[in-house]
Amino acid sequence: MSDYLPILVFALLAAALPLATILIARALQSRKPNPAKLEPYECGIEATTFALDTRFSVRYFLIAVLFVVFDVETIFLFPWAVMFNRLGLFGLIEMLIFLTILVIGYFYVWKRKALDWA
Amino acid sequence: MKVSASDWLLLSPELFLTAAGLLILSISAFFDKAKEEFLAFLTLLFVGVAIGLVAFLSGYGGRGAPIFAGMFIVDNFAIFFKLLMLVSIALTVLASIQFVGRAPYPAGDYYALLLFTGVGMLFMVSGNNLVSIYVALELMALSSYILAGYFKLEIKSTEAALKYFVLGAFSSGVLLYGLSLVYGIAGRMGLPDLAKLFESQAKSNLLLVGILLILAGLLFKIAAVPFHVWTPDVYEGSPTPVTAFFSVGPKLAAYAILARIFYVGFPKFHADWGLIIALVSAATMVFGNVAALLQTNVKRMLAYSSIAHAGYALMGVLGFRTEFGLWGILVYLLAYTFMNFGVFALVVFLETKGYAAESVADFNGLARRNMTAAVVMLVFLLSLAGIPPTAGFIGKYYLFTSAMKAGYAWLAVLAVLMSALSLFYYFRIAAAMFFSEAEGAPLKSSYALTAAVLICAAATVIVGVAPQPFVEMLRACVIKAP
Amino acid sequence: MTGAQAVPGALLTGAAGWLFVIFAVLALGMAIAVVVARNPIHSALFLLSSFLLVACIFILQQAEFVGAVQILVYAGGIMVLFLFVIMLVHQRGVRERLTFQHQWDVALLFVLAFLLPFLYVLWTERFPDLPQNLDAFRTVRGKIAGNTQAVAWVLYRDYLLPFEVASVFLLVAMIGAVVLGKRSAEKVD
Repeated sequence: MSDYLPILVFALLAAALPLATILIARALQSRKPNPAKLEPYECGIEATTFALDTRFSVRYFLIAVLFVVFDVETIFLFPWAVMFNRLGLFGLIEMLIFLTILVIGYFYVWKRKALDWA
Repeated sequence: MKVSASDWLLLSPELFLTAAGLLILSISAFFDKAKEEFLAFLTLLFVGVAIGLVAFLSGYGGRGAPIFAGMFIVDNFAIFFKLLMLVSIALTVLASIQFVGRAPYPAGDYYALLLFTGVGMLFMVSGNNLVSIYVALELMALSSYILAGYFKLEIKSTEAALKYFVLGAFSSGVLLYGLSLVYGIAGRMGLPDLAKLFESQAKSNLLLVGILLILAGLLFKIAAVPFHVWTPDVYEGSPTPVTAFFSVGPKLAAYAILARIFYVGFPKFHADWGLIIALVSAATMVFGNVAALLQTNVKRMLAYSSIAHAGYALMGVLGFRTEFGLWGILVYLLAYTFMNFGVFALVVFLETKGYAAESVADFNGLARRNMTAAVVMLVFLLSLAGIPPTAGFIGKYYLFTSAMKAGYAWLAVLAVLMSALSLFYYFRIAAAMFFSEAEGAPLKSSYALTAAVLICAAATVIVGVAPQPFVEMLRACVIKAP
Repeated sequence: MTGAQAVPGALLTGAAGWLFVIFAVLALGMAIAVVVARNPIHSALFLLSSFLLVACIFILQQAEFVGAVQILVYAGGIMVLFLFVIMLVHQRGVRERLTFQHQWDVALLFVLAFLLPFLYVLWTERFPDLPQNLDAFRTVRGKIAGNTQAVAWVLYRDYLLPFEVASVFLLVAMIGAVVLGKRSAEKVD
């Protein structure tokens, strides 16, 4: 457990740094509120639309789902890689089958034009 | 760990089916809509080969011992279920060819998903370890969610997929929580190992909570009361061949694994889970039948009817350590698969002819327009109601006897009463077919669908008229309780 | 269970025990905040903190691999999905409404109905002898390696087939995303 002591120290430092900058800025800043400062910046022209009015295409979500699938795949690669030497040829073939199945999926996604943006 | 060649051979149907699914998937993008029927025939061929492999294994000497480090087991019980599930997939393909073919969706993906659902189901009934069972179950469930929403331009299909997915994911969470509690207490996951460990230990309440959660998760897949609420909406909204498949395929897998987990893994607690299953069974058959009586939509009525049948089937799990054991449920499921699929296949038939199959009136005068369809439908309805000489009667006979032998006479009496009640709503369809007038030209069915329906009808009649050889064969397929 | 000389929580003594209490209480607090927050973006951020705290608990149990999975998949991947969903459905007006908090009284009843028996069971349970030494989770062939190595050793040997089934599962997830998520106009060739 004591291996994690440096990480804990690091985490505390990482938390302290942004907190400190925010607090110091707050202490030093001068406050002159003004409605124009809260407007979204559009080259000085008044904004005509509201940010939340635009809806995003479902294709973003499709990409996100595919990302998660491949993310999970990497998780399986990781322990295999650290034990590669001892799992030997058996492990290699096993992982090749695993990857082949997913590459077929990638091929399918490609052929169905799910990655095309036009 | 040692993996011998015989281990691979024993799981060859699953491995073959996986490869088949991958092949269909990767070539499906190259087929345009007009040539997709070829993919359906290819799928049928692959399922046929898998059936052949399972049939070969039924005579193979090496079966019955745990394989792959205890992850799986291929015993007679698993072989029976695998055969039945593969047949249900083949029937689904037959019923889908026209239905999916004319819809604006690529059919190749559909058949691939059907095969992957099959892979999940086949691995599941062979599962001998909580992890292998869970992974296989999830594969089956995820593929089914997608199949339910396959007709995504139809709002009801999307609704079905969404409801199925949200409730299914929740029930998987409950199941997984139960599995993790059991693992946390036992520190092992092989079913026989669990039984061995619990034999020497005092009862633990936390363990019982874990077992209860596992039971709840599995009862959801079976659609038993109070975990049935998803069924009518999903059955109504899904593409009808998919509904037909849901009402048999995944349910078979769920019954099988319920029996295996509780018979092999938790025999010590049979008094506890036995009582719960008996109560659930009673509630399910009462609720399913009463609700079916009140329906006007045919698909929903059949959904409630299959809930009621889940209630009957659960009686077959109660014969723990009696001479019947799981015999009753095996005979019953053999009958149920064919008769229930057959009923839904006829709804598919009406839908391909432009009827929405929304109301009983769609069956009006079917006898005049297609006598064969009407007679066959009558056979299925009689069988569902449990009237001799149909398979449904034989199934129910063995089921009720097994409940009596297990000391649940009250449950058997209730089931007989409920079967009588079910006659009313089955009769409504029969009456519409034969006694109502309807104009219109004769309806002709496609060859594939006709084949599916006739296979179901033949099985229903043959098992009903000459049950002896089947029943005897199934006697050797039960799991022996330790 | 009989012969339970093991005290609940014996796995985590001293400073580690206190850390566990801190992480657990914070994780629960964040989880409650996810449900009661009015702004879905805030809910998502609370969920992220909850995921990270759970990862800390895993690491505390010396299950480093699961901890890493928790961060990579949940805090990384699943969070992205949540943010995308919020982006897709989040329109003006949604933020001000209490979308999912209509039935909180019924929900509370169900939570209590589930929680109280559970607490009772946990309270009265006498836990069996858990592996007292956590080294069991990082041993390969009797030699101490790391948790990830131990997971790999079991996963790629004993759990060979479930592992391959998992890849079919991921494949089906991909098919599902394409079949259901792709716009139908492009669907038909």
